[in-house]
Amino acid sequence: MSDPLALTVIGVENLRVGFGGGAQSFPAVQGVSFSIVEGEIFGLVGESGSGKSTILRVISGLNRDWSGRLTIRGQEIGKRRAKRFYKTVQMVFQDPYGSLHPRKTVDAILYEGLAVQSMDDRQRRIERVLYDVGLQDGFRFRYPHQLSGGQRQRVAIARALILEPRILLLDEPTSALDVSVQAEILNLLRELRVRRRLTCILVSHNLAVVAHMCERIAVMNRGRIVEELDSASLRAGVAQDPYTQQLMRAARGYDRAIADSFVDFD
Amino acid sequence: MMPGRRRRSHSRRGRDAPVAGAIRPGKVPLHWRDYLFEENPWSRWQARFRSAYEIASAMRHNPLTVAGLAIVALLLLIALLAPLLAAQPPNLQDLAARLRPPGAGAWFGTDELGRDVYSRVLYGTRISLGIVMLVVLIVGPIGLLIGCTAGYIGGWVDAVLMRVTDIFLACPRLILAFALVAALGPGAGDAVLAIALTAWPAYARVARAETLALRGTDFVAAARLQGAGPLRIILRQIMPLCLSSVVVRLSLDMAGIIMVAAGLGFLGFGAQPPSPEWGAMISSGRRFILDQWWVAFFPGLAICIASLGFNLLGDGLRDVLDPKQR
Repeated sequence: MSDPLALTVIGVENLRVGFGGGAQSFPAVQGVSFSIVEGEIFGLVGESGSGKSTILRVISGLNRDWSGRLTIRGQEIGKRRAKRFYKTVQMVFQDPYGSLHPRKTVDAILYEGLAVQSMDDRQRRIERVLYDVGLQDGFRFRYPHQLSGGQRQRVAIARALILEPRILLLDEPTSALDVSVQAEILNLLRELRVRRRLTCILVSHNLAVVAHMCERIAVMNRGRIVEELDSASLRAGVAQDPYTQQLMRAARGYDRAIADSFVDFD
Repeated sequence: MMPGRRRRSHSRRGRDAPVAGAIRPGKVPLHWRDYLFEENPWSRWQARFRSAYEIASAMRHNPLTVAGLAIVALLLLIALLAPLLAAQPPNLQDLAARLRPPGAGAWFGTDELGRDVYSRVLYGTRISLGIVMLVVLIVGPIGLLIGCTAGYIGGWVDAVLMRVTDIFLACPRLILAFALVAALGPGAGDAVLAIALTAWPAYARVARAETLALRGTDFVAAARLQGAGPLRIILRQIMPLCLSSVVVRLSLDMAGIIMVAAGLGFLGFGAQPPSPEWGAMISSGRRFILDQWWVAFFPGLAICIASLGFNLLGDGLRDVLDPKQR
């Protein structure tokens, strides 16, 4: 990381997002800045409503009501995205039960993106990406209701990867899954990230997941980043910010005395 | 080390599921059930056949649906084979044999011009089903497209399209039919146009309501993230899911379409004499209804059976296709 500017893949500066216009506008994200270098996996943690998923929706282009500065691989990105943009940036959603079209087979789901981006060699690409996510043999022509939650999430990952993106946005990719399946999906993501040299942002409220996956972690509260730390200090439980400390205590499990000691940080 | 790469074992699905992997491309399945219920389908068509079979077998369990389907299939068959089934051409007059009661020579009797009522009722199936098909073909796609577009795009597009829908919804069907007849001259085509113009708003409403629930879903967001434009998302992501409620509504409305078409014929605004339209036949039989009941009775019975068939089928389809009732 000798020259961080040259390597920066995602740059976010003073990002602000408000929901609902006018005087009652709710500030979901209030001036967030971070930058992510090539091949890094960056974690965003925080409780529900802290604005972490909103940041992903801004970067992916799903949310267009924002202000600030956003750069992807050195290029400043506006609110409307060209079709080509999505060959660089893809996203995996939280709920695998809602993110797959219920009336389309796995094959049709994967084919759709290739058709939109008019990519060639479609049969081979579908076979390959299914192999990469561990769904070889026979899953190709199933409907989502014939798959388990973990298998569905693999299809969702395949759908993101089939466009061969450089950046993968992960919006709580395991929180809707069984604990044993969570580990499988996380390991798959780790492996794919290395193999495909992906740059990732992982959003989660699960500190253990983020500590396992990420090198660098930003803790969010009420639309602000309160602290950035590396995974070693997260695992060791070393944090400067009082909110982060409280989050770590909360993550250890429920304790009446600890719960009573919690305060709101504004 | 990489649990994700291992194939996970999973429970068998369906009692007739064969051993996984027993059937590979190129090998002939042992039985069509094995083909349909193979756990790992290996082609697009196999997957489609299977979901079609699941719908069909769900319908089979309701005897009323089967009855409705049988009636509709029978009507279609009659419409196709009318020239073979009819005793004589529908407009063949024989004034010497007018107003004969049902009997060996003419099963449903003859009308005031000596035409065979049985043959006319059979040929009438063609007109009624033709009107139904045309209305459905016009109304379904228009309603779906307008409803899905309004629901997905929202904003002023939604407001404009829905106000247009309201305007058409406010037109009474028969009055509009009168206006069309006055403008274009009577005929079966006007009946189709009048019914279609007043029928599509209901489908647009249904499709819009479904779309509003669908447009915020993750799979639509995922389609946007693949770079798909609004038209592609409406056609490929949203419409397939609105289709089933529209199909259900259409099949329930088909009975109503038959009734309105017959009503227009009865009033003299639909198909014109001498074409054997059921409503027009009742209308001409009205003069003899006290003494020669069969002239009006058999076309009336045909209308009754046809609407009943479509209604039963529509109810059955709703039970099978409507995701809310599943």
